[in-house]
Amino acid sequence: MKLVIKGGRIISPGDGIDLVGDIQIENGVIKRLSDSQTDTEGADVLKLGESIDESTLNKEFIVIDATGLIVAPGFVDIHVHFREPGYEDAETIETGMMAAAAGGFTSVVTMPNTNPAIDNQSQALFVLSEAKKHGYVHVFPAGAITLGRKGKALASIGEMAEAGIVAITDDGDCVMDGMVMRRALEYSSSFGVKVISHSEDKTLAAGGAMNEGIVSTTLGLPPIPPQAETIMVFRDIALCELTGVPVHIAHVSTAKSLDLVRQAKAAGLNVTAEVAPHHLTLTDEAVAEYDTNTKVNPPLRTQADIDALIEGLIDGTLDAIATDHAPHTSTDKSRDYISAPFGIVGLESAVPVCLDRLHHKKGLPIEILIEKLTVGPARAIGMQKGTLREGEIADITILDLQKEVTIDPSNFHSKGKNCPFAGWSLTGAPVVTITAGKIKMMDGKLVC
Amino acid sequence: MKRKDILGIAGLSPVEISVILDLAESTKGINERTVKKVPTLRGRTVINLFFETSTRTRLSFEIAQKRLSADTVNFSVSTSSISKGETLVDTAKNLAAMGPSVVVIRHGVAGFPHQLAQLMQASVINAGDGFHEHPTQALLDLMTMREKKKEIEGLKVAILGDIARSRVARSNILCLKKMGAFVKVMGPRSMLPFDIQKMGVDVTSSVQEAIEGADVVMALRIQAERDMAPRFPSLREYNRYFGLKTKHLKYLKPDCIIMHPGPINRGVEIDPEVADGPLSVILEQVKNGVAIRMAVLLLLLGGRSIYEIGD
Ligand SMILES: [Zn+2]
Repeated sequence: MKLVIKGGRIISPGDGIDLVGDIQIENGVIKRLSDSQTDTEGADVLKLGESIDESTLNKEFIVIDATGLIVAPGFVDIHVHFREPGYEDAETIETGMMAAAAGGFTSVVTMPNTNPAIDNQSQALFVLSEAKKHGYVHVFPAGAITLGRKGKALASIGEMAEAGIVAITDDGDCVMDGMVMRRALEYSSSFGVKVISHSEDKTLAAGGAMNEGIVSTTLGLPPIPPQAETIMVFRDIALCELTGVPVHIAHVSTAKSLDLVRQAKAAGLNVTAEVAPHHLTLTDEAVAEYDTNTKVNPPLRTQADIDALIEGLIDGTLDAIATDHAPHTSTDKSRDYISAPFGIVGLESAVPVCLDRLHHKKGLPIEILIEKLTVGPARAIGMQKGTLREGEIADITILDLQKEVTIDPSNFHSKGKNCPFAGWSLTGAPVVTITAGKIKMMDGKLVC
Repeated sequence: MKRKDILGIAGLSPVEISVILDLAESTKGINERTVKKVPTLRGRTVINLFFETSTRTRLSFEIAQKRLSADTVNFSVSTSSISKGETLVDTAKNLAAMGPSVVVIRHGVAGFPHQLAQLMQASVINAGDGFHEHPTQALLDLMTMREKKKEIEGLKVAILGDIARSRVARSNILCLKKMGAFVKVMGPRSMLPFDIQKMGVDVTSSVQEAIEGADVVMALRIQAERDMAPRFPSLREYNRYFGLKTKHLKYLKPDCIIMHPGPINRGVEIDPEVADGPLSVILEQVKNGVAIRMAVLLLLLGGRSIYEIGD
């Protein structure tokens, strides 16, 4: 089967590519990427925005007319919660994968805070085999750092690595014991898995529901100080320094944490960091109506933090934008603000939110935005993804920077509708997702 | 003037606050009659939904409702099926099925009445939500201050105690600032919430500094700590360093009034000699509580001119 993406602006920051040209895909692999025209004689042409006959997708030779569109490496989200096993009401591996493809992503790293947790080889193999049944995107599981994510004994890191995990993290919980974290860093370094830090001093954050500041004071909600995050960011940077083992900081949300990462990088430490779209676009003011869809951990911070984080994307302190896609049932979110669980879904809103709010409204260059959604996250975790090279598996995301969309969670493929961006009208959206050479999403609709 | 809910002082304008106080002066008149009942809300159902135990506030609301001839139904967590496990949507549906005109809600979590109000046709009155607001308390406090001091603008008010976890403090701060008073809050630093000065108040940890020159001193109830990380070592120590004590009386202006939302923890936040002394207006606050709650109910439900019931 042959697929040619024709006439788009191809941007691949990881390869230094920014040109108008064609990508030719054969049998799932990139055959040719060039600014010269590809011979497309006899091919069926798919035009976006026009109704597509599904049967065309099965033809031997297809051309996508990408004139006026951006063609990028398939987007990589290194922080998603697919909830299976254990919380299938909130999300399954299948619905999570569908949400990813619908949102323009081709690779995801799944967090291990399921029930049971992914803390041994058979659990890791379960995630991989479930993912294999549904081809929407590539799924790279992360395993737990500690058994049962309890923060005490090390999980079966080596055996999980053999099964195919790419990282370890107790995400959702911080490994509070510094010695356990140190040993995890040292031990895991033999197995080539990245250690991801969910940086949160649980004793300082205890009982909190939102960012500590004038808004929490006014709303009377128990606060989580920004320092609960920065203290642990600092500790894990210090442990990186001590052990020489790389650390990746998940969901950086404060200006202070960002400064710590910036200093660490300047000092030559192998520290990487990600930021979530909601931390780049929403402040704690969004909590004012007690909408539990604004309850997230780390909590929504302040405008000063947002400004610093956007600066951090530009100057390279932040390597990745990662959604921290955290679906919950409407039952669980339909509670008082303290009882409701933390978490926001992100896979199906992230790209429009970033294109509109960061690129169009804040002037973040499109190449930088694409970098943070492709090669940036892939390199941070050490995954061979996020590039466009001849001979590589063809994972491609096509963007229409001018497409107008309105975020409507009822249309999400994710089971989670807990989205604080509901009703937002945004400019810019993913229009095609190609995973391993196959079209998985077209004009917002999944095809398979 | 028509609104669906009274969720907090934050959403009320100074004009609305004044109207409620004026109306409460009239309803207070009813309370001083021999027959303390008017038929204004006959046939209307009011549900008192209390997720936290509170004898005083619930009773005050109930008396207000009965004096206006409303049918009242009381739900408290211990006696109803409505428990913490039920979702907001379910709670709203169950309440709506009973066809109330007003639901009075107290809940231990900030924002709960606001969340429920969005899901219901009926009017919602917030009777205290977490550490957020307790609007009728602030209104009855303001009424008491207006009675005693005539003018609110320029009044100097000191609020003493656990400001961080007090909805009474927050509603009073908002209310007093709206009406042009000066507010000073006092408590150990561990009881002062982050950036509280941004609410337009002065902050101190010294009782003497707080009360000197004050026209009104309001002490808040202090309870023993059950938290993992207590905000103070003991009630004894609290009283010693942060309580309003007899020795402080000499710093008070002679016409200063002492207030307390009740119930009083004698010998903790306030010494008995102060609470029961001539400056205390604590019982007046209780009386005004009924009048304010009648006024608020009339404001939400009174179809006719709200001033009609005055005589
Ligand atoms: Zn996390």
